[in-house]
Amino acid sequence: MSVLTRPVLPPSAEGLDEVERPIARAHLEAVRVSAWFGTNKVLERVSLSMPPAIVTALIGPSGCGKSTFLRILNRMHESISSAKMAGEVRLNGEDIYSPGRRVTETRRRIGMVFQKPNPFPAMSIAENVVAGLTFTGSKIKRSDKAELIERCLRRGGLWNEVKDRLDQPGGALSGGQQQRLCIARSLAVNPDVLLMDEPCSALDPTSTRYIEQTIGELAPDMTIVIVTHNMQQAARVSQQCAFFLAENGTPGGIVEAGPTQQLFHHPSDPRTSDYVNGRFG
Amino acid sequence: MAASVDLTEPVWGPATGAGEGDQPRALDPGLPPSDRVFHGAARAVGLFVLVVIGSIGAFLGYQAIPTFRRYGLSFFTQSQWQPARNIIGISAVLVGTLEVALVALAVGFPLAFLTALFISEYAPARLRSSLVSLIDLMAAVPSIIYGLWGFFLLEPRAIYVARWMSQYLGWLPIFKVNTNPNAAAWAQSQYTASAFIAGLAVSMMVIPLACAVMRGVFAQAPLGEREAAAALGATRWHVIRVVVLPFGKRGIIGGTMLALGRALGETVAVLLIISPAFVVKLRILTVGTITVSSLIAGRFGEATSAQLSALLAAGFVLFLITLGINTVAAVFVGRSRSGSVTEI
Amino acid sequence: MTIGPPDAPMVTSDSPRPPVARHHRGPSAAPPPPPVPAPGPRPAFAAGPRPTAGPAAPEDEDSADQPRQLRAREIDDVASLVGSALGSLALVWVGYERVFALSGGLGFLICWYLGFLGLYAAVTALSHSRPLVIDRLMGAVVYGAAAVVGLALVTTIAFIFFKGWPALHHLNFYTQDMSGVRPTSPLTQGGILHALVGTVIEVSIAVAIALPLAIATAVYIVEVRGRLANVVRTVVEAMTALPDILAGLFIYTVLIIGFHWEKDGFAVSLSLIVTMVPVVARSAEVVLKVVPSGLREAGAALGASHWQTVRRVVLPTARSGLATSLILGIARVAGETAPLLILSGASTFFNKNPFHNPMNSLPLFIFDGVQSGEKLFVARAYGAAALLITVVLVLFALTRFLARDRETR
Repeated sequence: MSVLTRPVLPPSAEGLDEVERPIARAHLEAVRVSAWFGTNKVLERVSLSMPPAIVTALIGPSGCGKSTFLRILNRMHESISSAKMAGEVRLNGEDIYSPGRRVTETRRRIGMVFQKPNPFPAMSIAENVVAGLTFTGSKIKRSDKAELIERCLRRGGLWNEVKDRLDQPGGALSGGQQQRLCIARSLAVNPDVLLMDEPCSALDPTSTRYIEQTIGELAPDMTIVIVTHNMQQAARVSQQCAFFLAENGTPGGIVEAGPTQQLFHHPSDPRTSDYVNGRFG
Repeated sequence: MAASVDLTEPVWGPATGAGEGDQPRALDPGLPPSDRVFHGAARAVGLFVLVVIGSIGAFLGYQAIPTFRRYGLSFFTQSQWQPARNIIGISAVLVGTLEVALVALAVGFPLAFLTALFISEYAPARLRSSLVSLIDLMAAVPSIIYGLWGFFLLEPRAIYVARWMSQYLGWLPIFKVNTNPNAAAWAQSQYTASAFIAGLAVSMMVIPLACAVMRGVFAQAPLGEREAAAALGATRWHVIRVVVLPFGKRGIIGGTMLALGRALGETVAVLLIISPAFVVKLRILTVGTITVSSLIAGRFGEATSAQLSALLAAGFVLFLITLGINTVAAVFVGRSRSGSVTEI
Repeated sequence: MTIGPPDAPMVTSDSPRPPVARHHRGPSAAPPPPPVPAPGPRPAFAAGPRPTAGPAAPEDEDSADQPRQLRAREIDDVASLVGSALGSLALVWVGYERVFALSGGLGFLICWYLGFLGLYAAVTALSHSRPLVIDRLMGAVVYGAAAVVGLALVTTIAFIFFKGWPALHHLNFYTQDMSGVRPTSPLTQGGILHALVGTVIEVSIAVAIALPLAIATAVYIVEVRGRLANVVRTVVEAMTALPDILAGLFIYTVLIIGFHWEKDGFAVSLSLIVTMVPVVARSAEVVLKVVPSGLREAGAALGASHWQTVRRVVLPTARSGLATSLILGIARVAGETAPLLILSGASTFFNKNPFHNPMNSLPLFIFDGVQSGEKLFVARAYGAAALLITVVLVLFALTRFLARDRETR
């Protein structure tokens, strides 16, 4: 078995009580989402259903709008001044873009982990984990805080490696550890959905393996959507996949989506079959 | 027909030769003659500039020696400046210089800081470069213009603020004024020409300088960290507090120190506004103060050579102070995370 | 391109959505499903006919999709802002003079602003969480500070032009000098030609000497390098801290007193050079350092000598940045007054010769004029000030034009 497919026990998932695990119940749905940057349309009426306790992978070649679509799901797209969108994104049936919904509240419920790990260097590891709580104004007792930090770091698969140095600065970790810290940080605000934008592309294979294990651990507790360039990774971690494509300057969109095994082994669209068999991409 | 490659010979070999140390070779790039001329000429110019410019500082120091020798330490403790009676000292002058600069900083720093935040975080992106130009324009306006503004436009209105401060904050010694601010006909002239008003005018020169440095630093705060905070649900102020400000800490300090250095050396605006008073006093709202530059500008005309030396000595002390501050500022900005690309 | 449960409604593009809502209430009402240990797929599209994957169905094409209005200010934002402003205005209006016995327009504005901040925070706190209150409050503070700074700048320029207008609109202002004209003469006589010419000549001489020196120094520091170059760099940077009055005093002491030169335009130029060289050299150094080293390497890889690389690659690349440094240096010294106070004489006559007799210049003229107390002289001085600002503004616009040119190229 190659090193990439050999199963490895998750670094620190042991010790989590069944009772502590949140129960996934958030259904995220994109309904006819289109996106523009200025007058340049980059997504054409994309609809996708992302059920709870499922990992959905968005695959496809570069530049076809996967990351843009992901950023629309937690309202990060609009932080670019020329960005526009149409359509709806429904979390448990309610459109997160409806006027009156605070962006900051939406982002607490739909978290995001980025491609390049970005812990806050001015904060210690422990402070990084609870940084999200400060932002949402949640009050937490000091005793509960330590417990929360431990719980999040365990779920993120980092606890055993940093439990003795929680006061060290957040930037003083390796790339893979930083990314797991970012995952733990996202978990601290107890989101319903976790979006991951190519979380392993900047990491070495060992760290990638750890993170994929973490994703597997987290999946039953929440809805996870992951953008990935790496088809084998999509095959490893996801239960359903959506294949994005943008042809020749047209806006991007979903060519085909479905259960992962079906998409990879019996795709119905020839373009999908070309992509998953490595004929382009 | 490609040349045939003999594949029977090994193409590579392991590093052999145990015991043979390998030493780096001495390499000579062999500069062409035109480059020798170029380097020589550049070096000559650099040396010339070094000598001429550097000698100014040395010259000032040298010219100041007779004064230091003559008056000794009392030069720094004496507050009166009456050369005719051989009484010269810069204690009042230094205190006044510091007061004006600190008022300028106290007013200018918050405004510069908040404006820098405004430009880099709050203003719409398409306006940003125009706003940056506007701040640079503000820096380019000659100081005499701000002196005019301060003296003719601001002072008549600012004395009311000064009176209010002496009324309600007068229990603090620096805000005390020796007249009754509550009187119906209050002595307006007692509030004019003060270190406070001069400081306000100087703050206008200080604000664009500090603002430009701080804004440059804020703009370089890493996008990844900003996005991480935003994705966690941070409000705009949260992002500033958690990402931008820690990143820009050193730039803020550096910009402030540069501003301080500039404020200490300002001449014309101060000259227009203040009325000279050689008294060491902390009461900044009261009429009368004196700074090094305004002293020099005002007194050089009737100065004999001994008095000129005294003025040079005062100038030399000022130069040392601004030099020290600018050097520390450069270190702060250079060592910050934004690095030495920031122009100051 | 739709993927979704086969019973999903055909949602037409974003025009009025049906008021009857929502189909996907989600499993939140139902009893929570047990945590699924194995990744058993529960895709939402297993049953039923497979929806077509491919381009959007024909009826979709007709209904064009329009971008949504996302950043529209909500009624809550606007109302709390305007309401707090008006409320504070009312309160301060009533309370300012009568209750607190304060006076002065400036104080009124300050009180109004502080009241506004207080009300705004209170109103927001009624219905929003603490982070939002702080965010809004800091937003108001930041906007307020920027407004203050902007207002100061605008009033400065407006004030000068306003007071200088009586003198500015006479043509003789620009074409005559003040010789033979008393300060109290009407504004139709006399002008500032001598001061204008004086400024132009003094600054031109200073630039002609300082610019090559400064650029050459910068080239030495950045391109040739070495230990001596580091010393030069340190000294040049240190000398940017020199207060300009000391530059004037230096020239005065050395040349006027020491060598018994007369106070003429050239002496002024020298003091301007002393100020200008470190400033322009330092900013030119930054500009040259920003030129990517890849370009220099490319030149070297083509076999160019160092001088050729500098001359043909580095300097042209940095050209507009260097022009910017130069122009900013000019703008700075054109308005310098301090050395003029020491080295110039306030002459009234037109003098083209920088080596003989004092020359007047704009800043000096302004300085003397405003202190004179003579109303008409003061007006002329303000006119000169307006002219000085215009010169600086023009130089400045030129800088921005050149800088933009680089970006579009």
